[in-house]
Amino acid sequence: MLTILKKIFFVDLIRGLLVTFRYQHPKNIYTEQYPAERPKIAERYRGAPRLNINPETGETLCIACNLCALACPEQLIVVTSERNEVTKRKELTKFTYDLSRCMFCGLCEDACPVDALELTQDFELASYTREGAIWDRQMLEEGPKPIWYRY
Amino acid sequence: MAERTYLGADELILNMGPQHPSTHGVLRVVLKLDGERILRADCVIGYLHRGIEKIAEYRTYQMFAPYVDRMDYVAAVSNGLGYCLAVEKLLGIEAPPRAQVVRVIMTELNRIASHLLWLGTHALDIGAVTPLFYVMREREEILNIFEAYCGARLTTHAFRIGGLQYDVYEGMEQQVKRFCKMFRPKIDEYEELLTENRIWKDRTIGVGVLTAEDCKAYGVTGPLLRAAGVKWDIRKAQPYSGYDRYEFEIPTRPNGDTYDRYLVRIQEMRQSVRIIEQAIEDIPEGPIMAKVGKVIKPPPGEVYVSIEAPKGELGYYIVSDGSTQPYRVRVRPPSFVNLQALDKMARGGLVADIVAIIGSIDIVLGEVDR
Repeated sequence: MLTILKKIFFVDLIRGLLVTFRYQHPKNIYTEQYPAERPKIAERYRGAPRLNINPETGETLCIACNLCALACPEQLIVVTSERNEVTKRKELTKFTYDLSRCMFCGLCEDACPVDALELTQDFELASYTREGAIWDRQMLEEGPKPIWYRY
Repeated sequence: MAERTYLGADELILNMGPQHPSTHGVLRVVLKLDGERILRADCVIGYLHRGIEKIAEYRTYQMFAPYVDRMDYVAAVSNGLGYCLAVEKLLGIEAPPRAQVVRVIMTELNRIASHLLWLGTHALDIGAVTPLFYVMREREEILNIFEAYCGARLTTHAFRIGGLQYDVYEGMEQQVKRFCKMFRPKIDEYEELLTENRIWKDRTIGVGVLTAEDCKAYGVTGPLLRAAGVKWDIRKAQPYSGYDRYEFEIPTRPNGDTYDRYLVRIQEMRQSVRIIEQAIEDIPEGPIMAKVGKVIKPPPGEVYVSIEAPKGELGYYIVSDGSTQPYRVRVRPPSFVNLQALDKMARGGLVADIVAIIGSIDIVLGEVDR
């Protein structure tokens, strides 16, 4: 009897609708207005790579040990170095990072012994050309400069 | 085969997919129809084949770990756990207790995330649009925890062979506890929307029945098997990563239809919350990484390790020839094995039911094709 009454008065549907109407208040809006409202990125986020430089001297921290290139599953890092005749140390000449093949697994930054290569919180990596996704040393040191639209 | 009823009309071959919104990816089903009745349903797969098992043969053990996340990308953490456990067994090491507990927390959070996405898309297929928005909102909270823990939201690469790369971040305990507290009433909300809903019941009860015998014959595992009344869960049967320390139940249902699979998954989410709450209470202190060299060179041999992924039994079979690269990696994906029962479930049903059945198997095509 009760089940029939429940069926006649659409109790099941009304209960569901009550849930929906409970969320009608504007304070329940969860959508992020992305370009206007920027998301909070976690500290450990693995985004665009960066080649750190010493902020005081402007010299690169990279010691050209090639460990990141060896650790990379996609083999997308190319490090070239030159031996300095005066100090007898390896010096970095070129560093290319093919972002179009990167899957942001973080193995390169784990491998880096001097914390020179790091995956940062920048996530806007779109470029107009495929070549634009291959980053050279200068781009890696400066980081991407996406246009921030204001509203 | 179903009896022909529809005025003896000609059979019709209908291609469903691969670009169909409710085949959950690029699955193509060739349907043989008699009017509205399905006589036969053949799956055509391989549209998302990337050769991940072959890729493994050209990568070192550490390098292959990010690739396994790309199989079941909805439950990447579970994939990573299975692979790490397999290589650890090959090496004869075990992750430290702290790492094991964090692994359990992350995997169970991932189970909830996977089931939430399933619930949203499955309900959307059947015609209930509302749950999708609610489950995405809760899933976002889980993904935020993942992002704060390991730096990625979907293809997480959270665990490393021998333990963890990342320690617990500051405030993780509070965030996970807050999530658990927030999430329990939300499950009741989903149930209020769907469980008693007459349209939902009409569309799911008695649809796609798979009995326990059929499940065993097809090798079907996971929520499908439990919905058919078999109490089988690898977390209980062969405990790994310290699952025997936690109290939880294996939810089962007797009928094995789409509605029961829905109820089993809802119950599993509740049980996962229970496990997380127990695990987060005491994370032991200590190291997070076992003693593993920079170069992983397991002794020659072979190993099979299976875990209970959100979709069923996920197994890794690794053959080592003593070098730094695996000789062969074979993955036993739950979605692929479960998908083969589609024909059995769909025969004799209506065309509209096949959408509900595909949804209830909870397939991820990245895992089916690999």
